[in-house]
Amino acid sequence: MKMPVPDSGVIARRREIVEALRAIVPGEGVIVDENELRAYECDGLTAFRQLPMVAVLPSTVEQVSQVLKACKAMGVKVVPRGAGTSLSGGALPLADGVLLGMGKFKRILDIDYANRCVTVQPGVTNLGISNAVAHEGFYYAPDPSSQIACTIGGNIAENSGGVHCLKYGLTTNNVLGLEMVLMDGTVIRLGGKHLDAGGYDLMGIITGSEGLLGVVTEVTVRILKKPATARAVLLGFPTSEQGGDCVAAIIAAGIIPGGMEMMDRPAIHAAEAFVHAGYPLDVEALLIVELDGPAAEVDHLIDRVEAIARDKGACYARVSKSEEERLAFWAGRKAAFPAVGRISPDYYCMDGTIPRKALPLVLQRMQEMSDRCGLRVANVFHAGDGNLHPLILYDANKPGELEAAEEFGNDILRLCVEVGGVLTGEHGVGVEKRDLMTDQFDEADLQQQQRLKCAFDPDGLLNPGKVFPTLHRCAELGRLHVHQGELRFPDIPRF
Amino acid sequence: MTITTLKPETAAQVTDAVRWALSAGEPLEILGSGSRRGLGRPVQAGHALDLSGLSGVIAYEPEELVLTALAGTPMDSIRAMLADRGQHLAFEPPEGGTLGGLVASGLAGPRRISAGSARDHTLGIAGVSGRAEAYKGGGKVVKNVTGYDVPKLMAGSFGTLTALTEITVKVLPAPEDTATLLLFGLDDAAAVAMLDRALRSPYEVSGAAHLPAAAAARSAVFEVAGAGGAVTLVRLEGFGPSVAARVTMLREELRADAVLGRDGSLALWREVRDGAGLGEGAGGDTHLWKLSVPPSAGPSTVEAIRRTLDVEVFYDWGGGLVWLAAPPDSGTAIRAALSAGGHATLVRAPEAVRAATDVFQPLPEPLMALSRRVKESFDPKGILNPGRMYAGL
Repeated sequence: MKMPVPDSGVIARRREIVEALRAIVPGEGVIVDENELRAYECDGLTAFRQLPMVAVLPSTVEQVSQVLKACKAMGVKVVPRGAGTSLSGGALPLADGVLLGMGKFKRILDIDYANRCVTVQPGVTNLGISNAVAHEGFYYAPDPSSQIACTIGGNIAENSGGVHCLKYGLTTNNVLGLEMVLMDGTVIRLGGKHLDAGGYDLMGIITGSEGLLGVVTEVTVRILKKPATARAVLLGFPTSEQGGDCVAAIIAAGIIPGGMEMMDRPAIHAAEAFVHAGYPLDVEALLIVELDGPAAEVDHLIDRVEAIARDKGACYARVSKSEEERLAFWAGRKAAFPAVGRISPDYYCMDGTIPRKALPLVLQRMQEMSDRCGLRVANVFHAGDGNLHPLILYDANKPGELEAAEEFGNDILRLCVEVGGVLTGEHGVGVEKRDLMTDQFDEADLQQQQRLKCAFDPDGLLNPGKVFPTLHRCAELGRLHVHQGELRFPDIPRF
Repeated sequence: MTITTLKPETAAQVTDAVRWALSAGEPLEILGSGSRRGLGRPVQAGHALDLSGLSGVIAYEPEELVLTALAGTPMDSIRAMLADRGQHLAFEPPEGGTLGGLVASGLAGPRRISAGSARDHTLGIAGVSGRAEAYKGGGKVVKNVTGYDVPKLMAGSFGTLTALTEITVKVLPAPEDTATLLLFGLDDAAAVAMLDRALRSPYEVSGAAHLPAAAAARSAVFEVAGAGGAVTLVRLEGFGPSVAARVTMLREELRADAVLGRDGSLALWREVRDGAGLGEGAGGDTHLWKLSVPPSAGPSTVEAIRRTLDVEVFYDWGGGLVWLAAPPDSGTAIRAALSAGGHATLVRAPEAVRAATDVFQPLPEPLMALSRRVKESFDPKGILNPGRMYAGL
């Protein structure tokens, strides 16, 4: 993975840049000490590490604006960072860049039940929002597995999902308003407590833009009332194909479960050995289907799901009889990653989405790849929306295994695209999948996205080296090739 | 002022047409069936690009919850195809028009409060930019964060960024049953407070509207028109046993006066979706507006407007959407009343009026400047639907 070549001219001006930042953010808000900078050298994708040139931790919107404006004036790159839980390297620093940490923006600004929304600063954690409204029976729906640590600002950058997003949506479907600062220091407000921001849906573009378009300084999200009840069914199948058929049949019956997760045999065994959730070990696929809502609805749907599962060849079925049992069903799934971590020195978590019907083919091809490269793979799968998380097992201490794992991962993602899916369902492109973008998009697709970036950041200073495999200058992207008068349209009907 | 209409039959021909327009410096009015031509500002263009020739569903996979169709596909045929498999577009868009027109105008109905809008259901697009370049964005699966979410930007962009040729939308199971609780005789503020209570309940309310007396009287639904005053509506949808249980519980909690069953509910919410007859038959002397405001601020916003204007209103989205019929030249007064936030859009007025007014809420300058740069990134020469949203954009 190549990052943009550091600009030695910028690095040579480090002292001057630090002075400029200190004039804006006083005291300990500017970090230059190497030991302290270590805290920022990587995010959740720990295979990639880089010390930033300097880190700055502003505490007001005005400071963010001034920092960005100053960096633009000095021609210095900026990498924004929330809690640093990105799994795709979205917050990987640059040797010639300023790391802009938003950790001091931790305040909940407004809880408004009458409009069913909460306004917070970007450094508030995902779970922190739900906790702040829990006593009134409300919660914030998107629940990425890092929700204890990850911040809402980072959720906006990555358009984070979670196990409940088939029914309740991703971040983008739950955001009502944003305040953000552009690279030139301009502060922009989008939306608010009302639905549908006026003008172009820029909120839709910012959400999931991986920190390349602006720095979010305030977020308004909608909150929902907690479902009255939730119950789960654990279903085992002799083949993953039957498990996939069952998922399709549930959806075809008009049922959108609150959560619907699948695990393959290696994942089931690893999880069971770790947390003893009571999973059956003689099945090839395990499905957790959670129904939530009014009790009458949940009871009705549990019966229907059980009937569908029997019809599709389930060899194991257990309905949760208590809240403890429901949580036990989930305990294994939620511990799947660390459980795999116990059976292998290292693992690499992938994140592609496929049309669900391609699941048997994808699992079979993945097994063939696994046999070929000699690395094991365990699968957990957001079955409802086709989001696959293959965990590749490897040992970083064995020469070449990390590289082999990465190559295996790349092949899996190419396979996802080949069967009609996409490179990433919720983890983001970052640096990790950057060079695979050309497998999913044509040059014209990528150039149009980069032109959009130019509208926000014409000098390409905000988080460069992420998402796009090739960096183009905006002037070059904007050039039009018009051939005056020589083009007709003889084949097009006109009247 | 349209002189010539180009009617391509393939996506490649759309590229040819835009390439010609770009080289000749001739702006194009982008059309599907033309059913939403009355929305937005009239486009000043000598040529129309009629995309209704690009018609047909490419893939519909109910179990995958996705449908891909050419942009000019009539919505009525898509609706029928989805209904056959018990599915629908959950954001409850108005009927008619084409899929492309629907996405481009970014519309949603009463279920906006629980299911989102057109933007939340547009998963992937292909189209031709104002640079005459064919490109695609998004994907054909329900969960995707690969690259910028370009499909969302297309929703509600009124054809000013890209001539869409193909669209993938998320489709969802249609509710098996539906019922509506009716509360009679509440004033606007009491009604919105009641809707708030309903929306704060765990009963998954999917419609929350208030029809003041005049709007209620126009309804074709007997229980509403016959109420003899204002009617407040709370809709519950889903599986039969679930709807029945929630109706019982919420009816008691809200002390609702009556319950409307499936057929009455379906008819009533179609009326709400389509504007409840507000300002109809009043000719050019009444203009129709839609105001999106924080729900709790709906009634006070209307009260402020009524200090200077004689208007008729009804509320949807729990008070957050105000449909408002007002005399001509009311835009400034209406927008001045939006102190709690939100925006006002002129959705029905004669063409000459729409050409001369801010149909969409003017944006603050930094945001307008950014919007101009976004427009330029897709359409640097202003070939596609110039002026449809804002003058000079």
